[in-house]
Amino acid sequence: MSEPLLQLEGVHTHIGAYHILHGVDLEVARGELTVLLGRNGAGKTTTLRTIMGLWRASKGCVRFQGEDITARRTPEIARAGIAYVPENMGIFSDLTVRENMLLAARSAGRAEDMDCERLDWIFGLFPALKRFWQYPAGLLSGGQKQMLAVARAIIEPRHLLLVDEPSKGLAPAIIQNMIAAFRELKQTDTTILLVEQNFNFARQLGDQVAVMDGGRIVHAGTMAALAGDEALQQRLLGLSLASHQ
Amino acid sequence: MSSSTTTVPASGALPTVKLDRLPMLLLPVLALAALPLVGSVSSWVTLTFAGLAMGMIIFIMASGLTLVFGLMDVLNFGHGVFITLGAFLAVTVLGRAAGWTESEHLLLNLAAVVPAMLLAMAVTGALGLVFERVIIRPVYGQPLKQIMITMGGMIVGQELIKAIWGPQALPLPLPASFRGSLLMGEAAVEKYRLIAVALGLGIFAVLFWVLARTKVGLLIRAGVQDREMVESLGYRIRRLFVGVFAAGSALAGLGGVMWGLYQQTVTPEIGAEVNVLLFIVIIIGGLGSVGGCFIGALLLGLVANYVGFLAPKVALFSDILLMVLVLSWRPQGLYPVVKR
Amino acid sequence: MMFNGILSGDLPRSRVLGVVLIAIVLGLLLTPFLLPGAKALNVAAKICIFIVLVASFDLLLGYTGIVSFAHTMFFGIGAYGVAIALNDLGPTWWAVAVGLSGALALSLVLSLVIGLFSLRVKAIFYAMITLAVATAFQTLASQLSDFTGGEDGLSFKIPELLSPAFSLREQPFLGVALDGRLISYYLLAAVTVALFLLMLRIVNSPFGRVLQAIRENPFRAEALGYRTVVYRTASNVLSAGFATLAGALLALWLRYNGPDTSLSFEIMINILLMVVIGGMGTMYGAVVGTTLFIIAENYLQDLLKLASGAVSGVPVLRDLVHPDRWLLWLGLLFVLSVYKFPTGIVGKLRARVRGAA
Repeated sequence: MSEPLLQLEGVHTHIGAYHILHGVDLEVARGELTVLLGRNGAGKTTTLRTIMGLWRASKGCVRFQGEDITARRTPEIARAGIAYVPENMGIFSDLTVRENMLLAARSAGRAEDMDCERLDWIFGLFPALKRFWQYPAGLLSGGQKQMLAVARAIIEPRHLLLVDEPSKGLAPAIIQNMIAAFRELKQTDTTILLVEQNFNFARQLGDQVAVMDGGRIVHAGTMAALAGDEALQQRLLGLSLASHQ
Repeated sequence: MSSSTTTVPASGALPTVKLDRLPMLLLPVLALAALPLVGSVSSWVTLTFAGLAMGMIIFIMASGLTLVFGLMDVLNFGHGVFITLGAFLAVTVLGRAAGWTESEHLLLNLAAVVPAMLLAMAVTGALGLVFERVIIRPVYGQPLKQIMITMGGMIVGQELIKAIWGPQALPLPLPASFRGSLLMGEAAVEKYRLIAVALGLGIFAVLFWVLARTKVGLLIRAGVQDREMVESLGYRIRRLFVGVFAAGSALAGLGGVMWGLYQQTVTPEIGAEVNVLLFIVIIIGGLGSVGGCFIGALLLGLVANYVGFLAPKVALFSDILLMVLVLSWRPQGLYPVVKR
Repeated sequence: MMFNGILSGDLPRSRVLGVVLIAIVLGLLLTPFLLPGAKALNVAAKICIFIVLVASFDLLLGYTGIVSFAHTMFFGIGAYGVAIALNDLGPTWWAVAVGLSGALALSLVLSLVIGLFSLRVKAIFYAMITLAVATAFQTLASQLSDFTGGEDGLSFKIPELLSPAFSLREQPFLGVALDGRLISYYLLAAVTVALFLLMLRIVNSPFGRVLQAIRENPFRAEALGYRTVVYRTASNVLSAGFATLAGALLALWLRYNGPDTSLSFEIMINILLMVVIGGMGTMYGAVVGTTLFIIAENYLQDLLKLASGAVSGVPVLRDLVHPDRWLLWLGLLFVLSVYKFPTGIVGKLRARVRGAA
């Protein structure tokens, strides 16, 4: 098998005096969607931010495509082909939807330079974006902003997507839309590391799963295995899938 | 730049985007309110142009300051040093070109003034690069140190200027064709004020165009809102910041030339004196907003001139009063930048 | 040791620093006898007054972590308070008391208002606002000429005990005339010592420790239950109070006060330089920094004169070492201090001890 696209080895992260990550070992396989599950405060967001270089790992190693990116700056990490959709979505509310997308399309100097085909595909996934194209992004609803955040991450092909809780606070109908969009994304052979608390959402998309607790990975394996093992779910996540239907 | 007000977006319908016009309306409202107080139309016209001219020059000086703060949370307490330097460079250049400045021909005057401005901008821009590297970069993210070290930079800069040009005030006379006034009906408007207004509008237009229509401008507007996200999209915002800092310093230099010509005297403290005004203007406008800075500067200029005419004793506080009034209405400034 | 109690447990903690401090104290106490002449006494008096002023600024900046450009305003309020009272009510101790109380009251109110209103905002905002307020106050002082003497300031007589005409004894003592000036000076020195020790006690008290906690991590302090706004406002008020007292001392010494004597921005900058070069958050830094700065201000020029004489032929260098440019060199020292020696001279001396131990 090919080597994993992303590898974390013994990663520790401190924020000020707080020791958040206590030696994270994680592997994200190429072309698959890996879900990072865990309670609030387990360190999931910190993991993503550490990968992205927004917070520096105090110990350990982050390897992307075999290269050590632990000490790199965020812009360099992004340019290496990693896109980040943060928990707060990071939408520039004063800018229009079009301008938000233009920014995300690094290679485009002007709006006309954006890849039309790709844009059409994105409009197919998220029709609202076409409707609100010229409007300030701050006017969008929560779900639409989330769509914009994801759209920004995929307007140009990226090797790895880091997505932080895309289903948070969304209405069920929008969540279905999101799931469909991610399913289509998966077909384009994009590698995705998805942080989630909503197991139902994660279960429908994940190929691999890793569970985090107290700044460490406490379980890693296939989603199928976890989904089939209720006792394991109960132990790790304190829930049973049946009761979540 | 301008923030829009939200109207409820119905699930299917498109929302209406209302441009926040209220702050812009303040200007004509203020001007019209002053008319009956001033009494005579001709005096009012003179005062209004004086105010607009002063406001434009202040805007040119302050625009860089507000962007630099909006982009990187860096407040350069030493910004005044670029203004002073620009003014003194003008003294030197125009002094050398005395033959041309004394001539009545507009073109010859311009041939002296324009290079002075360009030189001032080039030097202050370059100095801005050095200042950012040596003084500011080491103290990113440490506001206390920033305040102190930029102050220190100002002191050192001011002393260096005194070492080069001497500590005394130097005259900076207007070129011959800029002197005097044009008559509009009964109102006399100083020619230089018209030039200042024109130049100010031009620069505002250029800044507006860059911010609204170019990708660099887009980056700046986005960076002011959410620096981290811009970096996460792959842009080296530090480089952008250096560029903006240098541009802001160059604009301050240009402002210094114009301010020096406006006062017709240049002292080594000229930048430090105007510093407080600049801070007030960018607070009024909303830190990070060029549009807000523009309106704030014009408001300040108009208020200073109207109040100076109507109640001279109060005039010296008019800027602080204006700030208190504006902040009571909008505590974050006229066009607050929504941060993340 | 007795010293421990007087210094509130805040010992110099460095032999060199201890020696320097003792030298400064002895120097100040013995100036009339060691260095005769008006200039030396004036310099010494200025050092005393500024030690109080700069120490009060250290309380705000070094211990609480607040940069305020309004410090000279309180200095000026103290000076003007006493000046106006002595001018209008005659040269009596009663006038001094009235002026001082009025000034303290005004400072209390102003610092309270500024503190409550703007301590909630970011540091940079606060700095800008205090800058604007101080500038406005300076303009106000020169505008209200009927009250404050305007640009020219006020000259007035001080109580008889302190005036030069007063004489305690006909014969000089150890070569020094025992006149009002001498009494003035020792009164000044005594008050300086008292106020400094008081400030030392304040910063070493539980209150002072909370201030430092707030400086380090305001969120943590708030989480631990300390209302940061209350503490910062208190620090603001205390600092303003001591600055006001320093201003009163200035007026009594100079027998004159004007906008430039106490309110100018230059003085504000000088205070900043003194506290940073000396060492922020140490109190002793105020003593060391002030002494260094004021001696430099008055005697560095002579040194520079020598230097510029030596390089008078070299065009650029000559302008840079010109005696009037002493502030340039101090400014550079200041910038370097903010960078490299954030703990100032005092911090450096103390670090040496720790390193050697």
